[in-house]
Amino acid sequence: MVMHFLKKAVLGVMMTMISLVAHAEYTWNFPMPATPMAADTLHVHNKFMVIVMIIFVVVLAIMIYSIVNHRKSKGYKAATFSGPSTKSQVLWTLVPFAILMYIDFILMGIPAYHSIVMMEDTKTNADMVIKVTGSQWRWQYEYLDGEAQGIKFVSNLTTPQDQIDNQADKGKDYLLEVDNHLVVPVGKKVRVLLTATDVIHNWWVPAFGSARDAIPGFLRETWVRVDVPGTYRGQCKELCGKGHGFMPIVVDAVSAEDYTKWVADQKTKLAAASAGADKTWTKEDLVAHGKEVYVKNCAVCHQANGQGLPPTFPALTGSKIAQGPIFDAGGKLLKDSHLDRVFNGKGVMPAWKGVLNDTDIAAVVTYERNALGNSVGDVLQPAQVKALR
Amino acid sequence: MSYTTTANHDEHHDHPTGIMRWLTTTNHKDIGTMYLTFSLIMFLVGGAMILAVRAELFQPGLQLMQPEFYNQLIGVHALVMIFAALMPAATGFANWMLPLQIGAPDMALPRLNNWGFWLLPPAAILLTLPFTLAMFGIGDGAIATGWTFYAPLSIQGGMGVDFAIFSVHLLGISSVLGSINVIVTILNMRTPGMTLMKMPMFAWSWLVTAFLLIATIPVLAGAVTMLLTDRHFGTHFFDAAGGGDPILFQHLFWFFGHPEVYIVLLPIWGFMPQILQTFSRKPMYGYKAQVISLWAIGALALVVWAHHFFTVGMPVPALLYFMYSTMAISLPLAVLFFCWIATIWKGSLSFETPMLFAIGWIVLFGIGGLTGLVLADVAADAQYHHSYFVVAHFHYTLFAGGMMGVMAGVYYWLPKMTGHMFSERLGKLHFWLTAISFNLTFIPQFFLGLAGMPRRIPDYALQFAEFNAISTVAAFVLGLSQLIFVYNIVSCVRGGKKATDRVWEGAEGLEWTLPSPPPYHSFTEQPIVK
Repeated sequence: MVMHFLKKAVLGVMMTMISLVAHAEYTWNFPMPATPMAADTLHVHNKFMVIVMIIFVVVLAIMIYSIVNHRKSKGYKAATFSGPSTKSQVLWTLVPFAILMYIDFILMGIPAYHSIVMMEDTKTNADMVIKVTGSQWRWQYEYLDGEAQGIKFVSNLTTPQDQIDNQADKGKDYLLEVDNHLVVPVGKKVRVLLTATDVIHNWWVPAFGSARDAIPGFLRETWVRVDVPGTYRGQCKELCGKGHGFMPIVVDAVSAEDYTKWVADQKTKLAAASAGADKTWTKEDLVAHGKEVYVKNCAVCHQANGQGLPPTFPALTGSKIAQGPIFDAGGKLLKDSHLDRVFNGKGVMPAWKGVLNDTDIAAVVTYERNALGNSVGDVLQPAQVKALR
Repeated sequence: MSYTTTANHDEHHDHPTGIMRWLTTTNHKDIGTMYLTFSLIMFLVGGAMILAVRAELFQPGLQLMQPEFYNQLIGVHALVMIFAALMPAATGFANWMLPLQIGAPDMALPRLNNWGFWLLPPAAILLTLPFTLAMFGIGDGAIATGWTFYAPLSIQGGMGVDFAIFSVHLLGISSVLGSINVIVTILNMRTPGMTLMKMPMFAWSWLVTAFLLIATIPVLAGAVTMLLTDRHFGTHFFDAAGGGDPILFQHLFWFFGHPEVYIVLLPIWGFMPQILQTFSRKPMYGYKAQVISLWAIGALALVVWAHHFFTVGMPVPALLYFMYSTMAISLPLAVLFFCWIATIWKGSLSFETPMLFAIGWIVLFGIGGLTGLVLADVAADAQYHHSYFVVAHFHYTLFAGGMMGVMAGVYYWLPKMTGHMFSERLGKLHFWLTAISFNLTFIPQFFLGLAGMPRRIPDYALQFAEFNAISTVAAFVLGLSQLIFVYNIVSCVRGGKKATDRVWEGAEGLEWTLPSPPPYHSFTEQPIVK
C-alpha cells in the first residue's frame, strides 16, 4: 500500500512537470523572450528539460517495475548475478552509456556550442554601446556612442520604505520599479559593457536571457537586442550586501522615433543641470534639493534621520567630518573633509563625482551640514564643486 | 566472500568515565559517536536558521528581520550544513564502520582521530559566536557574504568574516587529519585476505573522498588566508586597484568548492549499494565498474570548477571546456545509477526504513543529477545561475542526495551501534513526511527560479508570492518531521528490542559478524577473508 502511494506521489509530480513543459505556460517557465538570446535560451532549456524528463521517467519506470514485482512479500526469489558476465551482457550495459554520450555531446552539446558562440559575440554588427555600472545598491547607465552619447544617469529603487515594512499596500511593480529607466531602441544590437565600483553585481533581465557579472576594476560585456517594444524588469543577482534585493533594473524598449525624442529630452535636462551649476543658489533651495538627493542616494546607509548604522555606516548627525571645514585658507579642498569624502569616497563610501552632478553634490553637502541635527550654517555652491573637476 | 571470525566479550581496562571518557577517548566507536552526535546537533541548528529565513520569505515585505541579519542566516546555514552536519556525518560513519568493515581493531592513528573531532566544536562556536556577540553590541554579526566568501564583499564585511575564516581553518585541519587517518587505515589495516578489490564499497568511496580532501582543502585554506591578508595586512590579491582580481578568489574557492560536493556525496555512494544489496538479498551489481566510476568522478571533480561562475565572463574556449567536462561527469555517474538499479533488479526486496530512504534517495538524487546536467549548459545557465532554480537543484543533491543518504545510513547501522532496534513505524513515518515535504519545498523553487527570482534576496516581487508561501509551509513540515528522527534515535539508544548480530536478514560484511553493539575493541581475533 505504501509503495502504491509512492508510485502515485512520484507519478503525480512527474505528470505535473511534464504538462508544464509541454504547455510552456510562461508563468511556469522562463518569461516570454524579448531578445534572440532569450528565445534561444528558452528553446535550449525546453529541449533539455524534455530530454532529462524522458531519462527520469524511463529509469523510474524500471525501478517501479522492480519495486512492484521483485518483492520478498510476493515470494520472489533473488537472482544471484553480480555483474555483466557474457559478451552480449557487457554490450547491453554499454548501451545506456552510449545513449548518454550521444545526449551529452551531440544532442545537447552541439546546440549549446552555437548558443555560446552567439552569446559571446558582442561586437559583430553592434549598433550602440551602453556602459552599466553597479554600485551598492543602484545601477548607473552611460551611453557611450551614437545620438545619445554623453547621456548618463543613476537608476534608484522607487518602492517606498513603508511598502517594504508592510506599512502601506504594495504596488504592482513592488521592488521592480526605478526612477530612471534605461531606454533602448527596438531592434538595435546594444553592446553592454559592465563594471562595478565596490563589489560584484550581476545585471540580469530574465526576458533578455543574458546575465553578466559587473566586476569592480574590470570590464565585462554582453549584448541585448530587444525585438519587442515594452518595459522589462530584472534584478541584481549576485549577493552584494544588504541592499542586494533592492537594486532592480527597468528597461524600456521603444521605437526609433520615441528613442530620438527621449534622447532630446535627456539632453535638455543635462543642459539645464549644467546651467544650474553656474548660477548662485540660495541656502533654502540647496537644502530643499539636497534633501531629495539625500533620500534617493544616501539614506540607504546613513538612514533618513542621519543616524547611520554604525559601525559600518557612520552617523552624519554630529559627525566631525560633516561639521568640519571643507576648504583650507587658500580655498583648496581639504583631504578627508566633508566634500572630499562625498566627491572621492573612501572604503565603503562610494565616490559620487561620477554619479551625481555638481548641483546635486553641492546641494546634498549643504543639506547634510544644515539638517539632520547639524547646523554648520555654511553654503556650498555648485560652482565650487564644478571647479574641482 | 566468506568470513571466519571470533569475537569475545569486551575486556575492560581502566577507561575513564563521564566527560573524561569523551574528551580523552581514542576509540574509533566513541569518536564516531561524537561525530554523529555533533552532526545531528548542527543539522538542527542549521535547520532552525533556514526556517527563520523561510518564515521571512513566507510573504513579500520584511516582517521578521532586516536584510543584514537575513544575509548572515543564509551564509551560516550553508556553512553549518556542509561543514558541520554533512561532513562530520560522513566522518562519523567512517570512524564507526571502516575498522569494522575491514576487520581492523581501530583507526590507524587514534590520537589524531581524537584531535580531529575536538577541533570541530570550537570551529562551530567560532562560526556562530558573532551572532551572540552582536546581541551584546559587539561587532555587526556573523559572515553575511553567503557561504562562498566572494571578494570584495567579504573584504568589506565585518568581523564575522574573520571568525568564519578561522572557523574554516579549523574545519580544514580537522578534515585533513581525518583524511590522512582514513587513507592510512584503509591501506595498512585491512584484515588478511581482504585485497583492495574485495574491500567494501564504503572503504573505496572514502579513499577517493580522502584524496579529494587532501587535494582541495589546502587550496581553500590558502584562499581564505589571502582574504584575511587582504582584509587586514594590506595585500591586494582580490583588489583590482592593487593589481589583483576578484575572480581569482572564485577560481580558488570553487577549485575546492566543486570537489566538496563529491566529498560530501561520495561516502554515501559507498554505503548506499551496501544497503541496496542487503534489502535486495542479492550481491551488489558491477563492483568493479563502481570502483572505477568513483575514481573517475573523483578525478573529473578536480577539473570542472569554473561551471559555478560561468556568468563572470570567460573566453569561449574556457566556457566550452568547462561545459563539456562537466557534462562528462554524467557518464560515470550514470554507471553508478545503473549499478544501483541493477542491484535491486530481480532481488527479493523488502522495504524497511533504510531501504525506503535508499530508494527515495536514488529517485530524488536523480532529479538533482539531471538538473545538474542541464545547468552545465552555458547558455541556459545564464538564466539558472544564482536564481532559485540553482537553490532547488543543489538541495536535491545535498539534502536529498546528502542528508537523506545519511539518514539511510543511520537507520541501517543504528541497531548495530546501539544494540537495539528502532521503531520501524516512526522510521517509515519520518521517511514519508521527509520525502513529501522535501519535494513540496523545493519543486516550487524550480519554478521560482525559472520565473526570475534571484537567490539570496530577503524580499521579492509580488509575482513570486504563491510559490514562496507553499515552499515555506512545506519547509516547516520538513523541519518538524526531523524531530521524529531525533526521537527515534534517542529512544533507540536508550532501549528497545534487542538487535541480533546480523540485524538485517540480507546483511553481508564483517561488521555484521560482530555482536550488536560491537565490543569496545571489536575483533579480539583477526577475521580472515577467504
